[in-house]
Amino acid sequence: MMHARLAETVLAQEAGQEPFVQLQEVTHTYGRLSRMVTALQETNLKIYEGDFVALVGPSGCGKSTILKLITGLISASSGYVLVAGREIGAEPVRVGMAFQNPTMLPWLTLRDNVMLPLKIVPPFRQQYRRKRKGEYRDRVEALLAQVGLAGFSDKYPWQLSGGMLQRASLCRALIHEPQLLMLDEPFGALDQFTREELWGVMQNLWLSRKPTVVLVTHDLKEAAYLANRICVMQARPGRIIDDNAVPFPRPRTVTMTYEPDFVSLTQRLRELIVAASPAQEVAP
Amino acid sequence: MKSQFRRRAGSIALIVGFFLFWEFACVVFGIKDIVLPRPSEVIVTLVDRLPAIWPHAVQTLYTTLVGFALGILFGVLIGVVIGSSRLAYDTAYPLLVGFSSIPKVAVVPIFVLWFGAGTVPAVLTAMILCIFPIVVNVATGLATTEPELEDVMRALKASKLDILLNVGLPRAMPYFFASLKVAITQAFVGTVIAETVASNRGIGNLMMIASSNFDVPLVFAGLLILAVLGVALYLIFSFIESRVTGWTRRTDEFAVG
Repeated sequence: MMHARLAETVLAQEAGQEPFVQLQEVTHTYGRLSRMVTALQETNLKIYEGDFVALVGPSGCGKSTILKLITGLISASSGYVLVAGREIGAEPVRVGMAFQNPTMLPWLTLRDNVMLPLKIVPPFRQQYRRKRKGEYRDRVEALLAQVGLAGFSDKYPWQLSGGMLQRASLCRALIHEPQLLMLDEPFGALDQFTREELWGVMQNLWLSRKPTVVLVTHDLKEAAYLANRICVMQARPGRIIDDNAVPFPRPRTVTMTYEPDFVSLTQRLRELIVAASPAQEVAP
Repeated sequence: MKSQFRRRAGSIALIVGFFLFWEFACVVFGIKDIVLPRPSEVIVTLVDRLPAIWPHAVQTLYTTLVGFALGILFGVLIGVVIGSSRLAYDTAYPLLVGFSSIPKVAVVPIFVLWFGAGTVPAVLTAMILCIFPIVVNVATGLATTEPELEDVMRALKASKLDILLNVGLPRAMPYFFASLKVAITQAFVGTVIAETVASNRGIGNLMMIASSNFDVPLVFAGLLILAVLGVALYLIFSFIESRVTGWTRRTDEFAVG
């Protein structure tokens, strides 16, 4: 069931543009021999530059595996993962990643935590010593202010709430202006109101910078609110079974999530995922 | 602030009380100087003979600090190597435990054989006594680094060295400083052992000679000097520790500073 892609994506394809991220027949297994679990089987996925793709599916369907493969945290058992036309490791692409837990370094202030990518990632690292008290600092302050954390940059992570840390984590993922942003359930551990607020923050960040985003989430409303395109996955073995365009205009609002079109989309996604859940095999 | 003052006051009172009890017990039970001198006598001896004791104290302090510095240098290096890979950790640990369980007095004659009596064996003994806690703590601190923290760095394509410098070592700092407090007292023990066995200088040597002359107050004066030096260095490293690793205790002092 391939639905019509969003206009930008279609245009990109028609223009013969190369996909920014491409998975070709990727299989990934964890463990060895008798205990082997196939997390991902012969998966193909193309993501175009500037797109916002959400991966949804039951637990154990390999959503996070795809993220880790694209980021290079793990390497595929077989098949190819290409970013900007090159294999992982060789690609000159800046990647930002936000995890389910904020994973701030506890010995650094919020400012230094957010500044960390500038210290590591070229070309910023070459000028880190010179600019960290000036330009970089201003940049961090501006980004923190954009997510509502102005005035907190001298605080240590343990002095802040989970929602605040998650905002800071988004800032850290974006500070080095990544062309590719990977979000691994970044709002999963938050309460509903904070989460909805951060959707808005995330949408604004995306609209103002247009990185290519891959979002892994369990929350279908979140996927439909944020993404241009939603890929539904099945578990054991993990693979992509459905690819949906999300047609709602931007900027989207939380009120829109209660409108009939939106609800019917999430409803349909939900049915797909329930049908693909491994629990079906066990239950009579 | 108030509770901190109360804690300080408590420990000072305990120290003073200990010496008073000692003094009092010697007087009441009529214990002779040659068995256990009174603290007041020890202090009088210390003050009277300070010009003679002083060079020995300086020698001991110098030897200890050099041994300690070498211990930190090699301890951190070995700790980093062992702590940064599971394989190295498992491979090297038994050997390390083996070395550490050798009584260190036994190696002093070997050092004397190699380097002659004097400062060098004392420095080496101080070093090998303080190196083990440092190695183990640094290695443990590195080996227990949360993989999530490393993933943050790896997602940024950070090199192994970047990860070590920005995540591993800061993460291991509390472990490192905890080991320094143990290691500095161990270094003192090492120095004094070596000075007792084979040296003509240092507090250890002073005490050795004093005891063979039955000059017991001088022996105790030497002990007192060692205790004071040990406490002083311990306090210095505690202070540095609280400045560097305050984040582990989440103190507001650290947050402001």
